[in-house]
Amino acid sequence: MTALLEVEDLKVAYGKIEAVKGISFSVEAGQIVTLIGTNGAGKTTTLRTLSGLLKPSGGRIIFDGRPLNGIGAHKIVAMGLAHSPEGRRIFPRLTIAENLKLGAFLRKDTAGIEKDIKRAYELFPILGERSKQAAGTLSGGEQQMLAMGRALMSQPKLLMLDEPSMGLSPIMMQKIMATIAELKSQGTTILLVEQNAQAALSLADQGHVMEVGKVVLSGTGQDLLVDESVRKAYLGED
Amino acid sequence: MNDLPQQLANGLLLGALYGLIAIGYTMVYGIVQLINFAHGEIFMIGGFGALTVFLWLPSGTSLLLALPLMILMAMACSVLVAVGAERFAYRPLRNAPRLAPLITAIGLSIALQQAIWAFYPDATKSRPFPEFEGGRLDFGAFAISRGDLFLLIAAPLCMITLGVFVSKTRTGRAMQATSQDPDTAKLMGINTDRIIVTAFAIGAAFAAIAAVAHGLKYGEVNFKMGFIAGLKAFTAAVLGGIGNIYGAMIGGLVLGLAEAMATAYIENIPGMSQLGGGAWKDVWAFVLLILVLLLRPQGLLGARVSDRA
Repeated sequence: MTALLEVEDLKVAYGKIEAVKGISFSVEAGQIVTLIGTNGAGKTTTLRTLSGLLKPSGGRIIFDGRPLNGIGAHKIVAMGLAHSPEGRRIFPRLTIAENLKLGAFLRKDTAGIEKDIKRAYELFPILGERSKQAAGTLSGGEQQMLAMGRALMSQPKLLMLDEPSMGLSPIMMQKIMATIAELKSQGTTILLVEQNAQAALSLADQGHVMEVGKVVLSGTGQDLLVDESVRKAYLGED
Repeated sequence: MNDLPQQLANGLLLGALYGLIAIGYTMVYGIVQLINFAHGEIFMIGGFGALTVFLWLPSGTSLLLALPLMILMAMACSVLVAVGAERFAYRPLRNAPRLAPLITAIGLSIALQQAIWAFYPDATKSRPFPEFEGGRLDFGAFAISRGDLFLLIAAPLCMITLGVFVSKTRTGRAMQATSQDPDTAKLMGINTDRIIVTAFAIGAAFAAIAAVAHGLKYGEVNFKMGFIAGLKAFTAAVLGGIGNIYGAMIGGLVLGLAEAMATAYIENIPGMSQLGGGAWKDVWAFVLLILVLLLRPQGLLGARVSDRA
């Protein structure tokens, strides 16, 4: 069986500076795959390239059997790749319900959209309670829930989450991680970018460690959790 | 002050005209952060489009019958120029430093003015615009011209339509999303290029309606009319809070009222007797702009909801 997402020797440059220097990895349907690494390792750049916001300078991206290179971002969503961006990026002056509806922008099945909005409210009850409120008034954690809920509204084959735990309290972070596990158990395929390596690797089937634009280490989540170099560099152990 | 109702009516009508043009500045700015200084000329070209179609019709055609055709032609001309400007002048500069599209807009403004001056028959001087026959409509306390009646109907109709469009339709929501965060809008599957073109087109269509109203109100069109009207509308957009469509209309009304009041009454203030009358009206409009920029730079309706990180 071929993988849902296949990334081969992907390179991305900002002008002359190469931020991603030829990385390869794949995501199988039903898996959680995580990219971990420090700031500036190229994780966010990788996700922004996969969703079409940045153009690759080299390499190949095959998603669901089709090449993604050079396709506009709005068409990639239609192919089933959803991206919950770094910093959450909810639409602050629209209501929560409007934000969720925008996540389903390309869908025409009104009844299905309503059903999925209800599902998002079940997953995150606080969003249902505040559905008519401007999204900019939510707390950071609530905004993260909205960003995830919004990304799910497109019924993606692959959900990409960029730093979902960034800036959150430990309790809120646990909640978000539990939700990611729940989404996986419901069959959602997830590509997770995280600075919180411990949490990400505990959830992940596969993990890749990135350093300055390259994948330096790959393995199952469990393997990487017990790997000595990973423990030293990312889990804060001596 | 017994002519106050008349001055209020004058101010509100003038303000409605500014507001209609201001929509174009504010929608384009709201989505691509560009002050489209060629918008005044897009307005002017609408006026010439309307005049052209009127001249095509057999002489003696009633203005009321001609009006729908004139509006359509005005819109067609303005929208074509605006969409063309976006596609060929502004889009290639989308990722250039902000100053580049701004200078392009100013250049385009001059080029469009001169093109009409050079190529439209007899446009080197003002061309008469058809006017409704009959005297002013007397409402007792005030009277308005028959041409103003068009503005009185068109301006609220346009604003209500736009308000419903932006808040209720799918494209309208996509427009709000694009103005708040273009990259994330793309991640929702929104074709932001198409949204940008739509914003230019709606702004141009409103400017075209304003141009017909302007022609009916003043009885002429000329190649320079976009300059001062454009500046006033830009002032209205800033006054209301640039990027906010309701702000544009309110800014227009406030500006129109301020201009009418200042023109009529400022000479009654002791020591300011030389500053009254029509010759100073543009001065008061820009004094108001300067005051707003100093005291409330976000405009009357700017920044309503704070964005938490």
